[in-house]
Amino acid sequence: MYTNSEFWDGFKSGVWEKEVNVKSFIKHNYTPYDDDENFLESPTQNTIDLWDQVLELSKKERESGGVLDMDTEVISTIVSHGPAYLDKDKETIVGFQTDKPFKRALMPYGGIRMAEKACADNGYTIDPEVKEFFTRHRKTHNAGVFDVYTPEMRACRSSHIITGLPDAYGRGRIIGDYRRVALYGVDFLINDKLAQKETTGSAMSENTIRIREELSEQLRALQDLKTMAESYGFDISVPAKNTKEAIQWLYFGYLAAVKEQNGAAMSLGRTSTFLDIYAERDLERGTFTEKEIQEMVDHFIMKLRLIKFARTPEYNSLFSGDPQWVTESIGGIAIDGRHMVTKMSYRYLHTLINLGPAPEPNLTVLWSTRLPLNFKRYCAKLSIETSSIQYENDDLMRPIHGDDYAIACCVSSMRVGKEMQFFGARANLAKCLLYAINGGVDEISGKQIAPRYRPVTSEYLDFDEVMEKYDHMMEWLASVYVNTLNVIHYMHDKYCYEKLQMALHDKKVTRWFATGIAGLSVVADSLSAIKYAKVKTIRNEAGIAVDYEVEGDFPKYGNDDDRVDSIAYDVVHKFMRHIRKNPTYRESIPTTSILTITSNVVYGKNTGATPDGRKKGEAFAPGANPMHRRDTNGAVASLASVAKLPFVDAQDGISNTFSIIPDALGKDDRIFLGDLEVNFDCASGACISPTLLQGLDTD
Amino acid sequence: MTGYIHSTESFGTVDGPGIRFVVFMQGCIMRCAYCHNPDTWEIGTGKEITAEELLKQYNKNRAFYKDGGITVTGGEPLLQIDFLTELFIKAKEEDIHTCLDTSGITYNDNPKYLEKLELLISHTDLVMLDIKHINSEKHKSLTGHANKAVLDFAKFLEKKNVPVWIRHIVVEGITDSKDDLVRLGEFIGSLSNVKALDVLPYHTMGVNKYEELGIDYPLKGLSALPFEKAVEAREYILEGIKKTRTNKKEQ
Repeated sequence: MYTNSEFWDGFKSGVWEKEVNVKSFIKHNYTPYDDDENFLESPTQNTIDLWDQVLELSKKERESGGVLDMDTEVISTIVSHGPAYLDKDKETIVGFQTDKPFKRALMPYGGIRMAEKACADNGYTIDPEVKEFFTRHRKTHNAGVFDVYTPEMRACRSSHIITGLPDAYGRGRIIGDYRRVALYGVDFLINDKLAQKETTGSAMSENTIRIREELSEQLRALQDLKTMAESYGFDISVPAKNTKEAIQWLYFGYLAAVKEQNGAAMSLGRTSTFLDIYAERDLERGTFTEKEIQEMVDHFIMKLRLIKFARTPEYNSLFSGDPQWVTESIGGIAIDGRHMVTKMSYRYLHTLINLGPAPEPNLTVLWSTRLPLNFKRYCAKLSIETSSIQYENDDLMRPIHGDDYAIACCVSSMRVGKEMQFFGARANLAKCLLYAINGGVDEISGKQIAPRYRPVTSEYLDFDEVMEKYDHMMEWLASVYVNTLNVIHYMHDKYCYEKLQMALHDKKVTRWFATGIAGLSVVADSLSAIKYAKVKTIRNEAGIAVDYEVEGDFPKYGNDDDRVDSIAYDVVHKFMRHIRKNPTYRESIPTTSILTITSNVVYGKNTGATPDGRKKGEAFAPGANPMHRRDTNGAVASLASVAKLPFVDAQDGISNTFSIIPDALGKDDRIFLGDLEVNFDCASGACISPTLLQGLDTD
Repeated sequence: MTGYIHSTESFGTVDGPGIRFVVFMQGCIMRCAYCHNPDTWEIGTGKEITAEELLKQYNKNRAFYKDGGITVTGGEPLLQIDFLTELFIKAKEEDIHTCLDTSGITYNDNPKYLEKLELLISHTDLVMLDIKHINSEKHKSLTGHANKAVLDFAKFLEKKNVPVWIRHIVVEGITDSKDDLVRLGEFIGSLSNVKALDVLPYHTMGVNKYEELGIDYPLKGLSALPFEKAVEAREYILEGIKKTRTNKKEQ
């Protein structure tokens, strides 16, 4: 028997000692860091060696066509595979998903056909017994969903008015509070879950039955988590006692999650400031040096870069690559007014230098005007050098989620361990507009998909008529969309429950019911063209409008022009109102997002010509972006249009993909020379241009 | 009153400090061989707009510009000095940083003109003065005008103690000779109000506009200046500045 004081010695007391409450622990113990990056250490020889090994394996993986090895027999679970290492003697943080690095796991619970195809497309064949088992004896999420889908839902799916639904793969977008494993040890968490189970009440309603079953699943997952760690030689039933253990414990929690779930986004959470508390204690006690701590962080991040899943080429083309969305949220401001930047925030970002730039983990800085200036400068500098940092607006999200939220995937914000999301792909609002014009007939297939509402029959489109029909069509779409998602999430909970991730949540979890919108700028411009120019329909033999001729000019979204920006606002607001009318699974709270960062290409491909002059098959703009080349008044005007969208309606995130040539961001100080009088000696070129700072918030 | 503008840019980061709202005025009397905005040459066309409307656009996104301000460029803004003055007076009333990007070519010592100019610059926080060439002959063949007005304008600004950034575009074979660059530096060194030097390598991004406008491009075939050459040019200019300033100190 141990007492927690062995592990928690030196930490400041708080309610976190009595209950699972990481936020309280952080609040009482973290040390904001205001200085610059000069304390950071370069990589150790071991780090360099390990990373070379990774690069070599990555090269082999590319040469083998994208996959180095796949498991075709062993069903992946938390305890399915024994330990694996790159080089046991050199790794300070250990753990892989399968029995060797770069080998992708077999995960059929989401759908056996998807698992089979992922293997087949990469030249592997899954064990026929596994296939037999998951076809005849053990039902999958995918099979459950298709048992229930209505013909209408199937039609919406195949006509691509709703696309990317997580009905054959893991929904992801759930962040376990992996920090709990480090702070409390697994036994504390097990006892907490046992206590939760005791308080479910004895009247066996459907809800109580489900909760009790889920808690039992969670308890088993926690036991498995301990077993998995044991195979690596660690006893994580007790809390971590130093930085190395804290990182290792936390990583084991995450590793168990990615062994169990192949989710569309498997994000890490908000861990750096938490871990910094251990680092500060160790530095003070002399347990570890800065060099050693950076090495652990480098090895941890290296592991996160090696998270891999078996996926199909279609999946990869939808997401333009092979992303895992191991998103880690860094920085932000605390509710008590202090900023949350710590040395560990720097150490995480510094891995981009020590290991080189990489898209994963998706390091996301929660930006606020109140972040310390040194940190802002460091971020700016690293962004210039590595192009690998994502920024999100903490000032916008903090009022809604407090100061212990994290980003799942690219923009979905949720309180860690207290909120989760039902990921819901997106509805194609541009296609919906075409359905409104054509009375529910798909403009590409000619099939009747939506109800046979009266189509627009005039040659020229009338704004009021189109708008009214569009509103009705959106109402229909919202209904079939929400109901489809209800089916999906019911079945995911039933057949592919995220037991480990949910074990690292509170008992009472707020569930966000995420929906999404694709094609917003196409819709806004189309409606603007109809309103402010003249749009003529061009019909095929069947009388379906398949193309449009725009006569005259019209205001285009992306130029800070209220005439069209207000249309975009209205569309989001109206669609969300229709979404909210429908009951959602498990009383989840509906939200929407406008963030097709890559899938906009696929959505566009499946959508006919639109009244804004966009041709059939032409890509949509990503997320809430204005259409390509239509924003002609510069970036601020373009951003201002996006900023007018209602965040309360699209709380799951609004994205604007913004690229700019470096020269348009400011002066190069090799040819621009400021402060000629004051600092004349810097003529050697070593002086720093003032413009770098002027672009940043300084208050 | 109204002015004629070519366009606005809401995210200017290279035309003065910070992020700036940039107004491109319509009309110019210079015909610089390397001009990348030939579509701003014609006088008396463009979009008619009031100072209030421009400030309204600015204020909508004011948060972006808090370390920046308004820059008026062109075309040649000083051709519409009355409009410009009204705009800057109103901008200063709202505490907006004002920057004038000019070639200085309209400068003359007509007392009436000077009176107007003084009113304008008393509401101007920064002037970006583009000295195209230090040699008047070469200036003329490059732009169609001698450089006396430009240099006089620079001295005028010094007398009035208006902060100035000097810009100089380096074009291979035209403005890249060491002697000229050093001489330019000597001239800059003689001015006490210069806050920054901005050396711009010649680029070819304006070429398409000439085709669209059906104008022959005078520098056809000339490629963009390699960056290193611009760095080198800056060193020569600095050499000149140093020379003048060291002499001054010794005197």
